[in-house]
Amino acid sequence: MARIAGIDLPKQKKVYIGLTYIYGIGQHTAVEILKKANIDADKKIADLTEEEVAAIRSVMTSEYKVEGALRSEVQQNIKRLMDIGAYRGLRHRRGLPARGQRTKTNARTRKGKRRTVAGKKKTPGLK
Amino acid sequence: MPRSVKKGPYIDAKLEKRIKDLNASNQKKIIKTWARACTISPEFVGHTIAVHNGNKMIPVYISENMVGHKLGEFSPTRIFRGHPGTKAEKATRVR
Repeated sequence: MARIAGIDLPKQKKVYIGLTYIYGIGQHTAVEILKKANIDADKKIADLTEEEVAAIRSVMTSEYKVEGALRSEVQQNIKRLMDIGAYRGLRHRRGLPARGQRTKTNARTRKGKRRTVAGKKKTPGLK
Repeated sequence: MPRSVKKGPYIDAKLEKRIKDLNASNQKKIIKTWARACTISPEFVGHTIAVHNGNKMIPVYISENMVGHKLGEFSPTRIFRGHPGTKAEKATRVR
C-alpha cells in the first residue's frame, strides 16, 4: 500500500488520479509530479514499486506544499486579512462571501443551511 | 482581471507626494484622502491616513501587513446594523 503525505492512496486507481486524494494536488500537479519522478501516469497505484513511491515522495516534499502545511498557510492568509481589518477579512469574520457575490439570494455555501426568520414576507417566485 | 504589470501599482500622485514630504521632514500627520483606489506602498507604513467612505473620514493606521492592499479596503462603505424588523434592531436604529 502506498502511503504519501499521511494519506493512503486507493490501490485500484491510476497514479495520476490517486494522487489527487492528497489535499493540494489536482490532476495537473499530479501529472507534473509524475513527469518529474519519471513514472508512467497510467500505471495503477498497486503496481508501483517501493522506489517509485519514494521518488514521488521526494518530488512532493521538495517542490509542493500539501496537506497540513498548505491548510495552515491558507488559514494564516485568512487570519492576516482579519487582523488588518480589510474588507475581505470582515467578510470572513461574518461568514459571508468575500468576493463581491450577491447575498440577497444564494451564497448558501458560505451562509450554511437556511435559517427561517419569523415574519419575513414571502417573495413571489422565490422559495 | 488584474491590473497590467507594465503600469505598476496605482498610487495616487498627490497622496504619494504628501507622504514623501512627511517622510522627508520626519513628521506624522493624519492625511485626509478620497483616493480609495490607491494601492498602499511601503512608504505609507506607520502613517495614519483618513480614508473617505462616502460619508466620513475613517482613520486607518497603516501597518506592514497592509502593503499591496488598497486604501478603500480599510474604510467600509456600508454599516450592517441587522435586518429591519427585528426588535434589538429597532432600538439601535433610533440613533
